[in-house]
Amino acid sequence: MSAREEILGRIRAALPAGRDAVRQAEYAEIDRQYQAAPVLPLEEKIALFRERLEDYNAEVHRCAPAGVAATVAQVLRARGKSGLLIAEGTPGGWLPDGFSFTKDDGQAYKELDRSEGVLTGCAAAIALTGTIVVRHGSEQGRRALSLVPDYHLCVVPLELLVETVPEGLRRMAAMLPAPLTTISGPSATADIEMIRVKGVHGPRTLEVILVG
Amino acid sequence: MLISLFITCYNDALFPETGKAVVTVLERLGHAVEFRSAQTCCGQMHYNTGYHPEAVDLLRHFLEVFAGAEVICCPSSSCVSMMRDHYPKMAAESGDPELIRQVQEVLPRVYEFSELLVDKLGITDAGAFYPHQVTFHTSCHGLRSLGLGDKPLQLLRNVRGLTLHELPQADQCCGFGGTFAVKNADVSAAMLSDKTQCILSTKAEICSGGDNSCLMHIGGALSRQRTGVKAVHLAEILAATEKAR
Amino acid sequence: MSVRVGEAAEALPFPEAAKKMVANSQLRRNVRHATDVIRNKRGKVVGEKEDWQELRAAGNAIKRHTLRHLDYYLQQFEENCTKAGGHVHWAKDADEANRIIVDILAKRAEKEVIKVKTMTSDETRLNVALEKAGITPVETDLADMIVQLGEDKPSHIVVPALHRNRMEIREIFLKKMGLETLGYEPQDLAGAARTYLRERFLRVTAGISGANYLVAETGSVCVVESEGNGRMCLSLPDILVTLAGVEKVIPRFEDMEVFLQLLPRSATGERMNPYNSIWTGVTPGDGPREFHVVLMDNGRTKVLADEEARDTLDCIRCGACLNACPVYRQTGGHAYGSVYGGPIGAILTPQLQSMEHSQTLPYASSLCGACYEVCPVKINIPEILIHLRAKVVENGDSPFSERLAMKGAAFAMANAGRLGVAHLFARLGQSVFEKDGKLEDLPGLLGGWTAFRDMSALPDQSFRDWWEKREAGR
Repeated sequence: MSAREEILGRIRAALPAGRDAVRQAEYAEIDRQYQAAPVLPLEEKIALFRERLEDYNAEVHRCAPAGVAATVAQVLRARGKSGLLIAEGTPGGWLPDGFSFTKDDGQAYKELDRSEGVLTGCAAAIALTGTIVVRHGSEQGRRALSLVPDYHLCVVPLELLVETVPEGLRRMAAMLPAPLTTISGPSATADIEMIRVKGVHGPRTLEVILVG
Repeated sequence: MLISLFITCYNDALFPETGKAVVTVLERLGHAVEFRSAQTCCGQMHYNTGYHPEAVDLLRHFLEVFAGAEVICCPSSSCVSMMRDHYPKMAAESGDPELIRQVQEVLPRVYEFSELLVDKLGITDAGAFYPHQVTFHTSCHGLRSLGLGDKPLQLLRNVRGLTLHELPQADQCCGFGGTFAVKNADVSAAMLSDKTQCILSTKAEICSGGDNSCLMHIGGALSRQRTGVKAVHLAEILAATEKAR
Repeated sequence: MSVRVGEAAEALPFPEAAKKMVANSQLRRNVRHATDVIRNKRGKVVGEKEDWQELRAAGNAIKRHTLRHLDYYLQQFEENCTKAGGHVHWAKDADEANRIIVDILAKRAEKEVIKVKTMTSDETRLNVALEKAGITPVETDLADMIVQLGEDKPSHIVVPALHRNRMEIREIFLKKMGLETLGYEPQDLAGAARTYLRERFLRVTAGISGANYLVAETGSVCVVESEGNGRMCLSLPDILVTLAGVEKVIPRFEDMEVFLQLLPRSATGERMNPYNSIWTGVTPGDGPREFHVVLMDNGRTKVLADEEARDTLDCIRCGACLNACPVYRQTGGHAYGSVYGGPIGAILTPQLQSMEHSQTLPYASSLCGACYEVCPVKINIPEILIHLRAKVVENGDSPFSERLAMKGAAFAMANAGRLGVAHLFARLGQSVFEKDGKLEDLPGLLGGWTAFRDMSALPDQSFRDWWEKREAGR
């Protein structure tokens, strides 16, 4: 008997017969009285999101849709950067002149490591927890792209911002099977005397441009 | 009201003064107290240590003794919690419908001492006088199983002459835990050490509580360390009056 | 089947191990500090969540439902993961899981493998098996790295190195990383770890992970983390092997809306942890080209079969019970002799081993209930502890002197007449130990009492004696 058969056999022996017939009904009966629907008006939701991001020490900017490129330029100048890596599908309208934006075409990780940083968009954002959801693919790039560089500049169109975690997860479900990464602040650890230290392996600096 | 006293096995043998104090307070408040002398033990020690058949025997005996009692007063949160948390399950497991019925019938009539005064008798002032600095240790059973909240504190605040000090980290277990105190003596002592430090930090002269199990453990350390602080059950404080002094 | 839970079968009994830990002041200080910090953080973010109790109820309900249909959901996960390009393996026990993983890596001649934290691999002692096969495992979680380099054992589910302070960590890094100098601040230490590991992240082609959630509906896997090493191990190597206990499966993707709220708040006191990685099988051009999941039993089906203790498998490994436990606070995790320590460890460890070992663990608790209060999936740990104690007694594994004392007490308390006699004997017997109204140096188990506390002698008159006299006088 294979391990699979043995394990499934043990599971079946441990549980009552006739379960299958009621499984779906039982699942539907699970009591879900936690908050799922949003309650905040738009500007409060945006303000909360911004507050959460700033709590994580992420720098946050806001601009109108037409002002993204100018804001990117402003940020890069302030950071003293000459350019960033981008994904194949990053909107051209986000890219200001005078800087070099290199498309990721499967460079070696060491190349990504040497870059000045990466610019991506996102697929969703959650206000309550200050979370940005990246859907990896042509638009926001492969996972390594927003992981290896030390600096991540993320453009968050506000129409993608939801309030609650359940709202966020439901949007994410529709994004599968693409790999997803949720980012809630830069990487951190509290393993040394419980003192929170920012910046271990992921990008140590996260900067956000809210659009809308 | 006729109140039936469940003294509990350890109060009976080790802390008869607490029982006397309960009787004093209830009679002062105008109620009659009965003591069904056939009573022995709720079975908690056996149940918690894993001796379940023995605990069921004690459950049966308890039900036999207290059949028909209108109101049962028990000056020990842990014993009341034993009954509320475990008696229904024990009865269900026995498969004995009579046992199940008897447990269902008796449980709503069981009150921990401060519950009896505040909830059943509607009293927060027991007419006591106790001119001392007092802090109060809420047992884990009182806090989490019975949800006593601040009932004991309400009663203490109305005691004339008494100054109540808040106990820091009140939700931390004192380390008694029944047989835990002897099976894991070192850890129990370490937990007790933290508790006594909290008590001493309040500068109170008396540490009160609703459970002599905890108080015996706490008082034992306070005495061993020659702190001069004593452990006194809530009932004994409420029984104290100018005359009694 | 040979179930193994780390080195639990060879561990010291809890009272003995705890005695050593309690004597270690540095450890107690570190543990107290760490648990105080997380407990306070947790309290704050849980307090602000008005629907916390509803989330707990849903978490418990989803887990219970899943366990009731575990065979269905595991098969559904296997089907969907395979469809998406993953390979699913089944392992009866620790040895089989290790063998499967070693074989997968050996086939590709991998010499090194980067690992993101997985307690399940500590349970099976995977690192030992890998090293035996000539494959070097590199722990990449900062705390696991501290433990690995320090040749130590983890002492907490979420913060495994909490028993170490910065001075001790600095010493370990200086020695094992071959550094000339190193600062004293946590920032310096984290910086050293980053440099040391980054080189490996960018170079090593094989990765091993655990799983927080296996989603049956979609065949997806979710890993929850803070440092970024998870993202590194999950997406940079060429081949990834994920080891997961069979209880990690959940029915639908959306069920994570409950757990991703419960877990970060309970584990690290955050509204959301920095990174969650969710992937489904293999994605061309992005991440590992070969992906394996090893579903492991190792005693879990035994726990499943015990209806009264089945809730043990609801655990989402948040560690909140450890932080709340007044016993853990005094001893730290090593006293439990198992990769799983604290309250959850006290119930999981002996059960995985069919109660053949670790029988002192169910007694490593004063039953205060603090763990149940904070458990995000409402596992009634105190009740399960009592259930396991009954098993220990039923199996005849309790100490003889205790059995004797318990039977004796039960006999004495069967009726009031006998109890009265017992009081009499106690009063007579105590005179040997009595001095100035106190009892000293009681024998046997009771010696543990008098070692630390004064005990008053039994009063001359019990309550019932007093009552009888009073009634007679009326």
